[in-house]
Amino acid sequence: MVSRALVKEFQRILGKEQVFLEEIDRATYAYDAAVLEPVLPAVVLRPRSAEELGRVTALCHENGLPLTVRGAGTNLSGGSIPSSGGVVVLTTALNKILEINEADLFAVVQPGVVTARLMAAVEAKGLFYPPDPGSMAVCTLGGNVAENAGGLRGLKYGVTRDYVMGLTFFAASGETVKTGSRTVKCVSGYNLAALLVGSEGTLGVVSEIILKLIPLPPARRAMMATFDGVGKASETVAAIIAQRIVPATLEFLDNFTIRTVEDYSKAGLPVDAAALLLIEVDGHPAVVAEEAEKVEAICRQMGAARIHVARDAAERDRVWSARRSALPALAKLKPTCVLEDATVPRSKIPAMIQALEDISRKFALPIGTFGHAGDGNLHPTILTDRRDKKEWSRVEAAVDAIFEKALELGGTLSGEHGIGTAKSRFLEKEFGRGTILFSKKIKAAVDPHNILNPGKIIGE
Amino acid sequence: MSSLRALAKLLKQLEDQLVVCMRCGLCQAVCPLFAETGREADVARGKLALLDGLAREIFENPKGVQDRLARCLLCGSCAANCPSGVKVLDIFIRARAILAGYLGLPPWKKVLFRRVLSKPELFNRILGWGAKFQGIFLKPVDDLLGSSCSRFLSPLLKGRHLRPLAKVPLHRQTPTLNTPPGASGLKVAFFVGCLIDKVFPQVGEAVLKVLERHGVGVYLPRGQACCGIPALSGGDTAAFKEMLNHNLDLFGAESWDYLITACATCASTIKKMWPLLAQEDGAAEQARISAVADRVLDVSQLLADQVGLAPGGPAGEGDKITITYHDPCHLKKSLGVTAQPRSLVRANPDYELTEMAKADWCCGCGGSFNLQHYEISSAIGRRKVENVLKSGAAAVATGCPACMLQLTDLLSRAGAKVRVRHAVEIYAEALRPSGGLE
Repeated sequence: MVSRALVKEFQRILGKEQVFLEEIDRATYAYDAAVLEPVLPAVVLRPRSAEELGRVTALCHENGLPLTVRGAGTNLSGGSIPSSGGVVVLTTALNKILEINEADLFAVVQPGVVTARLMAAVEAKGLFYPPDPGSMAVCTLGGNVAENAGGLRGLKYGVTRDYVMGLTFFAASGETVKTGSRTVKCVSGYNLAALLVGSEGTLGVVSEIILKLIPLPPARRAMMATFDGVGKASETVAAIIAQRIVPATLEFLDNFTIRTVEDYSKAGLPVDAAALLLIEVDGHPAVVAEEAEKVEAICRQMGAARIHVARDAAERDRVWSARRSALPALAKLKPTCVLEDATVPRSKIPAMIQALEDISRKFALPIGTFGHAGDGNLHPTILTDRRDKKEWSRVEAAVDAIFEKALELGGTLSGEHGIGTAKSRFLEKEFGRGTILFSKKIKAAVDPHNILNPGKIIGE
Repeated sequence: MSSLRALAKLLKQLEDQLVVCMRCGLCQAVCPLFAETGREADVARGKLALLDGLAREIFENPKGVQDRLARCLLCGSCAANCPSGVKVLDIFIRARAILAGYLGLPPWKKVLFRRVLSKPELFNRILGWGAKFQGIFLKPVDDLLGSSCSRFLSPLLKGRHLRPLAKVPLHRQTPTLNTPPGASGLKVAFFVGCLIDKVFPQVGEAVLKVLERHGVGVYLPRGQACCGIPALSGGDTAAFKEMLNHNLDLFGAESWDYLITACATCASTIKKMWPLLAQEDGAAEQARISAVADRVLDVSQLLADQVGLAPGGPAGEGDKITITYHDPCHLKKSLGVTAQPRSLVRANPDYELTEMAKADWCCGCGGSFNLQHYEISSAIGRRKVENVLKSGAAAVATGCPACMLQLTDLLSRAGAKVRVRHAVEIYAEALRPSGGLE
C-alpha cells in the first residue's frame, strides 16, 4: 500500500499536479490494448525530468512498491497493466528529442517521444528511423525499446533492437546505468542494452535512448499481387529472396481478410483470391526500377493471378490502403478482436496458414490472418465478443492451439507484441525450465525487491 | 447505492457501443485536448473506460466522470479516425444526458437551455439589448478582425478578444422570406443558426445573395430556434427536444428540396444528433425528423454539388489575396465535407488559396468548452494560429461561425493582421448580379 507519507514524498518530488490520486483518474491507467482485465494502480506519477524519474524509482524500491512504466498504453500483451496496489509512472512528460546528429547519424531521445514524431523529424533532414510498429502514430520509443517493437519493415531493416546504440536507465535502486555509446563501434563493458531491449520494464527504467539513423531511401515502388493458393504466395516470397532481392515490405492478407477489407472499403480487391501480397522495394532509383521489374516477373512466373504496380504516389497509397484497412475492417466485424503475433520461419507460412484455418474451423471462430510474410510474423486475428463466456473459453483454447502450432513449426510465441502477462505461462514451453530459472536469477539480482513490472514475461 | 445501481443500469444501454472500443489508443494521435494535456482521462479511450467502469459499478463517482466527460470539444476527431468505428460522439452525448439526468443540471444551465435558448423570441430580445449596451463593456481592439476586448478587468471575459454582437442581427434585416425556385429549379429552407444571426449576419446575407443569384428559392421562417447543440452538450434532453419540436414545426410548414446552413455545427447537429435523440421515440416522430435531417446540406455542398458554381471570371486589378482554409471539425469529420468550401474560395479570382499545415486540426472552440475551459481552448487554438501564420495568408476562410469566433479571438490576441472570413462570403464577393462571376 502507498502510505500517506509516501504520497507526500511523491508530491514533494514531482509537484501535486503530477501525482494522480483520484480513483477515476487512476482507473484510466488500469488497462492497455491487450484483451485483459484492468488492474487499478494505487497512484499514478508523471515525472517531468530524468532526475525525477530516478528519484521516484528509488522511492518505489525503498518501499517495495511495484512500478510499471507507461508510455501510450498500446501494449498488446498486458505489459503496461500495473500490479494491484502498485505505481504507474508515465513517460508522457519526458517527450523531448534531445539531439538529431546528422554527421554521426544518431538521435538521442527521451522515452516518451512518440515514434512517428521522431520519424517525421529525421525525415525532414533526409534521414530514416525504420522500425514502424502499427501504433507508431501514438506509441512511444521507450515502449518500443521495452517491447523490442517491430513493424512492416522488419525483413529488410530489422526491428527496434537493431537501432538502439545506447541507453541510460535507472536500476531498481535508482542508480544511473549507462550502456553503449554514440559511436558505431563500442565493445566497452557488458552489452546491457541488449538485455534491456525487450525486457518489458522488468530490469530497469529507461531515461534516455540513443538511436541509430540511416539515410532515407530516395525511391520506392509498391505493387500488389494476388494468388489462388497460399502456397503460391509463400513460394513467391521465397523466390524473391532467392533472387537476392530484399523488399522493404512483404505483406500478406488471407482470403478472409481480403473479403472483409473489400466489404469495408470497396477497393476492388479480388474476393476469390486465396492470398494477396503487398510488396514494396526501396533504395536508389535505378535499383528500385530494376528490382521492381524483377519482382513483377517473379510474381508472374510463380503464377500470380493479377499484378498491379503502383505508378505514382496516389496509386501507392491505394495499394497500401488495403493493408492499412486490414485491422480496422476486421475489428468492425465483432466487438472484441484478439490480435495475435505468433511467428514462424518464413518457409513455414503455408503450414501455419493451414493450421490457422483448421483452428478456425475446430473452435468455430472467425480468424482473419494478415501480416509480415517476409519475416514469418503473422497476425491471426480472432473475432469474438468477450461478453459471450462460452465463446470466450473457445477463444482461449484457440489461442493456446495457435501457440502450440507456432512452436511445433519451430517458431516463437511473439514476433513483436511481447510476452507480458498474456503469454508468460507459455514461455517455459518455448525455452525450457532452465531459461526461466536463468531469467529469474537475473531479475532477482538486479531487482531484489521485485518492484520492476513484476509478473511480466517470467511470471511472479 | 441503489440509485447508483439505477445509473449503472441506464449506462448499460450504452454497453453495446462501449464494448466496441478495443483500447488500441489510436485516438491519442488526433485528440486536440490530449495533445495539450497528455492525460488519459482527456482522450476518448480514457472516457470510454470511465463510462464502462461506471456501468459495471467498478467505481462510484458519477460526478467525477461527468466532470471528465465535460472536458471534450465534441470535435469528433477520435470517431473519424477510430479503427473499430466506435461511435464516440453518440456515446458521449447520450452519456452526458444520462449523467445530467441523474445528477441534475446546474441552475444557470437550466435557465439558459430551458428559459432562453428554447424561446427564440426571448433569446432575440435579450441579445438585442446586449447589442445595444455592449459598448459600455467592450472597446474595439482590431478593426480588420472586428474584435473587441473588455474595457475593464472582467472575470467573465478574461482576456478574450471577442466579436461583439452585430448591431442588426439577420432576423431584423431579413425577418422572413418565401420565394419560389428560380433558374436552378430548387428551393431551400435556410437554417440560420444563432451565431450567424447574432454575430455574423453578413454571412447570412452572403448566403441569401448567393441563393438569389443562382435562382434558388428560399424559405426563411421567422422565429428560428437554436439547433440544440448547447443543450445536448450540457445533457439537457428536455430542452433539446423543445428546440427540436419548435424547429420541426417551423420548417415542416413549407415544402423545399434541401435544408441549408452556413454553420458546420448546426448542419452536423441536424444531420447526426436530431435522429440520434429520436431513437427512443416512435416511428412517426423518427420519420418527421428524418424528413428534415436527411436533406440538410452545408451551403457549400448545395452550391458545388447541386447548383454548380459559376465559372471563375478574370481577376481584378492588383495582386491576389492569399487565403488559407480551416476545416471545421463538424464539416470534415462529421459530414466529410472538405472539397466544396475550398471550391467556393477558388471560384473567386481575386483570391489565391494556399493550404496551411494541419488544416483539419481543431481550432479549440468547441462551443461551451471554450466558456468552461478557456485556457485549454486557447492553447489548442494557438497551434491553429501558428499554422495560419506560417501559411503566410492574409486571410483565413472557414465554414463555421464558432471557428470564426475562436480564430478572431486568437488572431486578434496574437496581433496578427489576418482576416477571418466564411467561404461563402468569399464566393459571394465575386458574384455578378446576373449570376456569373464578377
